[in-house]
Amino acid sequence: MADRPKGSAEGENRPALSLHVPEPKFRPGDTVDFSHIEVPEAGSMARPDEACDPAEMRDLAYGLVRVLGDDDKAHGPWDPKLDADTLRAMLSHMAMTRAFDERMFRGQRQGKTSFYMKCTGEEATSVSASMALAGDDMVFPSYRQQGILIQRGYPLIEMINQIYSNKGDKLKGRQLPIMYSSREHSFFTISGNLATQTPQAVGWAMASAMKGDSRIAATWVGEGSTAEGDFHSACTFATVYNAPVILNVINNQWAISSFSGFAGAERTTFAARALGYGLAGLRVDGNDALACYAAERWAANRARANAGPTLIEFFTYRAEGHSTSDDPSGYRSAQERSEWPLGDPVMRLKNHLIALGEWDEERQEKMDLEAAEHVKKVTKEAEANGILGHGLHHPFRTMFEDVFEELPWHLREQADQAVHERQTKFPEGLPEA
Amino acid sequence: MSETEIKDAPEQAQGTERRLNMIEAINDALDVSMGRDDDVVVMGEDVGYFGGVFRCTAGLQDKYGKTRVFDTPINECGIIAVAVGMGAYGLRPVPEIQFADYIYPGLDQLISEAARLRYRSAGEYVAPMTVRSPFGGGIFGGQTHSQSPEAIFTHVSGLKTVIPATPYDAKGLLISCIEDNDPVIFFEPKRIYNGPFSGYYDKPVQPWKKFDASVVPEGYYKIPLGKARHVTEGDRLTVLAYGTMVHVVEAVCREKGVDADILDLRTLVPLDIEAIEASIERTGRCLIVHEATRTSGFGAELSALVTERCFYHLEAPVERVTGFDTPYPHSLEWAYFPGPIRIGEAIDKILKD
Repeated sequence: MADRPKGSAEGENRPALSLHVPEPKFRPGDTVDFSHIEVPEAGSMARPDEACDPAEMRDLAYGLVRVLGDDDKAHGPWDPKLDADTLRAMLSHMAMTRAFDERMFRGQRQGKTSFYMKCTGEEATSVSASMALAGDDMVFPSYRQQGILIQRGYPLIEMINQIYSNKGDKLKGRQLPIMYSSREHSFFTISGNLATQTPQAVGWAMASAMKGDSRIAATWVGEGSTAEGDFHSACTFATVYNAPVILNVINNQWAISSFSGFAGAERTTFAARALGYGLAGLRVDGNDALACYAAERWAANRARANAGPTLIEFFTYRAEGHSTSDDPSGYRSAQERSEWPLGDPVMRLKNHLIALGEWDEERQEKMDLEAAEHVKKVTKEAEANGILGHGLHHPFRTMFEDVFEELPWHLREQADQAVHERQTKFPEGLPEA
Repeated sequence: MSETEIKDAPEQAQGTERRLNMIEAINDALDVSMGRDDDVVVMGEDVGYFGGVFRCTAGLQDKYGKTRVFDTPINECGIIAVAVGMGAYGLRPVPEIQFADYIYPGLDQLISEAARLRYRSAGEYVAPMTVRSPFGGGIFGGQTHSQSPEAIFTHVSGLKTVIPATPYDAKGLLISCIEDNDPVIFFEPKRIYNGPFSGYYDKPVQPWKKFDASVVPEGYYKIPLGKARHVTEGDRLTVLAYGTMVHVVEAVCREKGVDADILDLRTLVPLDIEAIEASIERTGRCLIVHEATRTSGFGAELSALVTERCFYHLEAPVERVTGFDTPYPHSLEWAYFPGPIRIGEAIDKILKD
């Protein structure tokens, strides 16, 4: 124990302090009981005016906006009243996202790439939210929003080329798999450094406002990453400049092996953080595709009307491991996934469409099958461009390009060295693919 | 552009010649750039209404409005990050970090984001931003108003690092940085904001207007990045320096009557290697001077490059004169600062045989 300052005997009769270290409710092997999670009735939360004062939104930051009830019907003022075609499109993007994840995960296990991350159970938080934005609104995602790219019509083959780091990879094999970038789809380049995108999104939104543009920005961040200082920067700048931005927090309960308590969830909600900044704060059932859409649409309308930024907490559950490098059985109960009180976003939307008489199990089965077949077909096409480590990558010289706009002398020299090494290894020329 | 003293220089002679100090030159560069390009925006702590704690942004908000020149929260991470986002949108932000000593909260955004945006997105997104920040000591700034952290940035691929040593260069280089499509760290040696500093701290400092390098053309001009400036031409030894130390080393060489080839590097990345090689091939001797701490400082890179590329021309070991490997002290500033004694002894050592 560190010595007290000399001559300080004062504190000797005081009670001993103790450090609180958060501990998740359930560890491997434990029986899971989620009854402590409050799940309000669908339709029970009020829907304030989009231009309202954030101070009026206290209940929404601590509550849970839900639209889809146990009866699979839409309820209350947050019902976005989408037509059946839109709902079917939403369901199909979510199904495609899930099928894509399944195949890419398998691809990693087969050694076709080094790494993959699924978003299983969180599809609504990207697909539905993205559908509520305009296609040219700029999104600053984290690594678990592949649903946005799929919803925005980014070609699957581009995604797979990137995952395989092959000669078709637009990012020239420079980036770890799933760190996509598509300017054409207003999808910002993904960084491995957590939460950095959140104040960047605010800056983009500020720029749009400075220029009198009409586009807004939206960013996604996990609940674990909200502990980063960048998230505080984002909230502060967003409020100070009334930036037209939406800060989406995906609270999927887990940051790799750390439960949300290590980001502060034991004492408050993530949406409630908004209150202290003077941001509009909404807490939403992240497995309710209609609630996700409605909340994002509310925030988008607010931003577009210059009424200010919004922080949305999507309350959901990371159904799979953190990544292909992670085994969740080492830190959490396997029962959590099946006991999760908010169910599965794809199933809930499917059941809603069936309840509306606009869908059936047969069509669902067909859609799932078609999605799997489509991904499989595109995967084959992408494999023709090569898989990781099989030689069909970009020329060595490209490694040195784009560090700067132009190659300075030191990079020219290093590029020559790399090419020389290549020629030394293959004196007869490059081996045929 | 040597700092030849002009005796009895008439102020604003005939109204055609303007003599500016470095602060005014930087202000002028920002003004010119903002006037030419609506996408140039200036932001930082106290830069707006107040015009900056060093006055570098004085008058700009009045002239260009609050959406082009504005104050920010005290949050360096946020300042750099929103500049990255603005760059991604298509603006050309010029954020200010009040002191280089306070750039560290923004390092993740600079190193992981700004520097790598072009590379990781294969050119889809770029960060055409210029981070201005006063740096360097010699002003009794103590530990947190004196640092020279340039080596942190020169070590990062994707960043350019630029340091002016005169008002003329400050304006021309800053305009080049703002127009450059890569992220640039622009360190302003605050010791020489008002006048060049000889290192003889017990002698009065002369204002910039007494020196030719304070003649700053009106309007637009650029000094290319990656090009060193010959401060003096000489044959006995090559001196590589930048910022405040250019003036200190020039004064010492003048005092000692050493015929030195002094290069003001101006841009550390990309470096003007051709000018360095050409000089050392002629002189055969090399002294490197910087104020930053020694170990892993930029001088180590310069020394390695000179040794690798000019080895057969060298007639003496390359010497480095730097700050000591301690935090920047307050009361012992002049014992820390690489001043005339340290530089003079290094020159003697290089020239002894």
